[in-house]
Amino acid sequence: MTALDEGVGATTRPGEPAGPDLVARFGRGRRSRTLWTLGLALVVVLAVAVAGQLLQTSAGDPDLPSRLQPPSPVHPFGTDRFGQDLLQRTLVGLRLSLLVGTSAAVLSGALALLLALVAVVGGRVAEAVVGWLVDLFLALPHLVLLILISFALGGGTLAVVIAVAVTHWPRLTRVLIATGRESAGADHVAISRALGHGRVHVARRHLLPHLVPHLTVGTVLLFPHAILHEAALSFLGLGIDPGEPAIGILLADSMRSLSAGHWWLAVLPGLALLVVVKLVDTIGNQGRALLDPRSHHL
Amino acid sequence: MNRRELDVSVESAALDVRDLRVAFVQYERGLRRRVVEAVRGMTLSAHPGEVVALVGASGAGKSLFGHAVLGMLPPNARATGEVRLGGRLLDEAARRRLAGRGLVLLPQGGSYLDPTARVGAQVRRAARLAGRRDPAAAAREALAERGLEAGVERLYPHELSGGMARRVVGAVAGVGDPAVVIADEPTPGLHPEAVAAALQGLRRTADGGAAVVLITHDLRGALGVSDRVVVCRAGSTVDEAAVADFAGDGAGLAHPYTRALWQALPGHGFRAPAEPGAAS
Amino acid sequence: MSLVLDDVSYRYPRVAGWAVRGASLVVAPGEVVGLAGPSGCGKSTLGKLACGVLVPAEGRVVVDDGPARPRRGARLVQLVHQDPVAAMNPRWRVRAVLDEADPTGSSLADPVVGALVETGWLDRYPHEISGGELQRVSLARALLAKPTYLVADEISASLDPLTQAALWRDLLGVVRERGLGVLAVSHDAALLAEVADRVVSVGGGTLAV
Repeated sequence: MTALDEGVGATTRPGEPAGPDLVARFGRGRRSRTLWTLGLALVVVLAVAVAGQLLQTSAGDPDLPSRLQPPSPVHPFGTDRFGQDLLQRTLVGLRLSLLVGTSAAVLSGALALLLALVAVVGGRVAEAVVGWLVDLFLALPHLVLLILISFALGGGTLAVVIAVAVTHWPRLTRVLIATGRESAGADHVAISRALGHGRVHVARRHLLPHLVPHLTVGTVLLFPHAILHEAALSFLGLGIDPGEPAIGILLADSMRSLSAGHWWLAVLPGLALLVVVKLVDTIGNQGRALLDPRSHHL
Repeated sequence: MNRRELDVSVESAALDVRDLRVAFVQYERGLRRRVVEAVRGMTLSAHPGEVVALVGASGAGKSLFGHAVLGMLPPNARATGEVRLGGRLLDEAARRRLAGRGLVLLPQGGSYLDPTARVGAQVRRAARLAGRRDPAAAAREALAERGLEAGVERLYPHELSGGMARRVVGAVAGVGDPAVVIADEPTPGLHPEAVAAALQGLRRTADGGAAVVLITHDLRGALGVSDRVVVCRAGSTVDEAAVADFAGDGAGLAHPYTRALWQALPGHGFRAPAEPGAAS
Repeated sequence: MSLVLDDVSYRYPRVAGWAVRGASLVVAPGEVVGLAGPSGCGKSTLGKLACGVLVPAEGRVVVDDGPARPRRGARLVQLVHQDPVAAMNPRWRVRAVLDEADPTGSSLADPVVGALVETGWLDRYPHEISGGELQRVSLARALLAKPTYLVADEISASLDPLTQAALWRDLLGVVRERGLGVLAVSHDAALLAEVADRVVSVGGGTLAV
């Protein structure tokens, strides 16, 4: 028990003074701020996904007379060399990024949970093998591995998802193993066994509830990595099909006309990607603050 | 700032706390909040050369006293009341600036050490921050005073035993020659010999001219080294008694709660309060 | 019918030397046996061997003529730890903690629980109630498993005198009522003199009566 818990614990008895005026003196609380930030970030990310979905069919229409126009009220992000509206293409690209990011992150998270459980419950050999795999993947240069896998699978959206998923689990696995081992060795697990409960009960009631918050947050925080690596692969031409308006493809296209002063082709889609990644990162971090029992009362 | 700079004269108390209150705002379900007053009126003073014990049940707000005096409360807490150091009334921000220099807190465990830095580096850093001219020599001296050899400087915190880690924390706290030392539960989990050593260390710190506040649940241990005992219950200080009054059947103790604490000790009656839960 | 430690020895993995060497001890039902000794003498290890948390390398532990670790059901020897915080899942409320010991979910109807635990604590998390209150919850959980013996390892070492006296008064009440055998581990000789029927000293992993 920490010093501060001790003092708080003693006085959270029923019948304590708790007038609303006293509460007001403390100003807006941390939890409301966290919830507001979380909600706002979620709404924006969802809006981007929905807009991208709706625009998917119309975004490809070329309009040659209005090609390569700088940003204007009609075309806030300007137009590309075929006269296509860059804002629409960016939104469609972001939707694809979100899709790829979600699939890759979820796949990666599932892989991490599986390996972590194997390592914690499976005995000494399983733990050594998983630890060795984690070290191996962490030691290999990230991007090289990504390129190799994506290339070997022949490129395309599915290849990108698999490549990103297969390269992003080690860190999360390590966190989950450490958390799992910590709770498996805790006094309350030993007591649970002494009370007559079996391994399955311990795994389900003690281990899993401890792992799930870490897994959720870890998966959400994998997401930005996944999106950025998807963009990198597509930019290098090893990822998503060049016909699709992925952000990486848009950025690769813009390279040809950057020297001609068409800055918006690179800056605006890039900036949009950055904002979405930052928003998802915010969702992960605020979610962690909410799920942590130590900040329960903050 | 150290003891000399704080300009503590023997007449004025080094630490004088009056009617300290700490309130927390907490979330219940959803966004509903409530305010809980954890400390409601603690008054305590400590003079240079004195060990004052702050004794009470776990959960009586004793530990919050230390954190509030140093201005180290978490963001959802608010403290009110007067805190004077060396006769000067200081607000929370000013106390936080003094923390670690003229005013130190000895925390509960060794977990307050930086796990990635060697012991020597941590003590030297504390000496440097406290303005000691020769940090290396000051660190060596502080460790030696607590019976730790020079070799300990090269160890990492995880290589120390529990008792050693606490002595290192003591060295970090004491290296700046502080005027006021607040020790927060320095004894639980230690074996009896280590408890005696830790308490004697505090006594020596006081004999060297510092004012020491010993926060503890262990009345018997506190009686061995303290000059006065301040008793707190449910967030308030209820009594102050001289060590000599804790004798026999406790007839010299005026306050009923203090007398009940004494008579609950094994060997002095082991008398439990009338109804379950009344102790806390 | 008693708790018997018969010439048990134990050494921790990767640690040189025996923590407990050739120790024998009998706790009869209804008897409170104090286990005293300086820190590191092996008295806590002996407590863990008695309740089946550790398995002796040599010798055996017999509980009412049966094994210390039965294949099914709760063990007949339950351990109460010094630190109740570590002994509870920090994500569970007190109600869930108690229910784990009593799958029928009727833990609150048990008179022992009623005497030890206040209903106001049930919806709180372990870190939200005081150390003394939490230790009462820990004790109530151990008693809910209907043990015939308890190992109390320094259960009141971090409590103030009043809370300590109240905890032991209530524990001894249950012990007398149900005829439980208790192995009370403590470094506090004065406490053991108050609560134990007889005190066994431990030194260097072996026993001296």
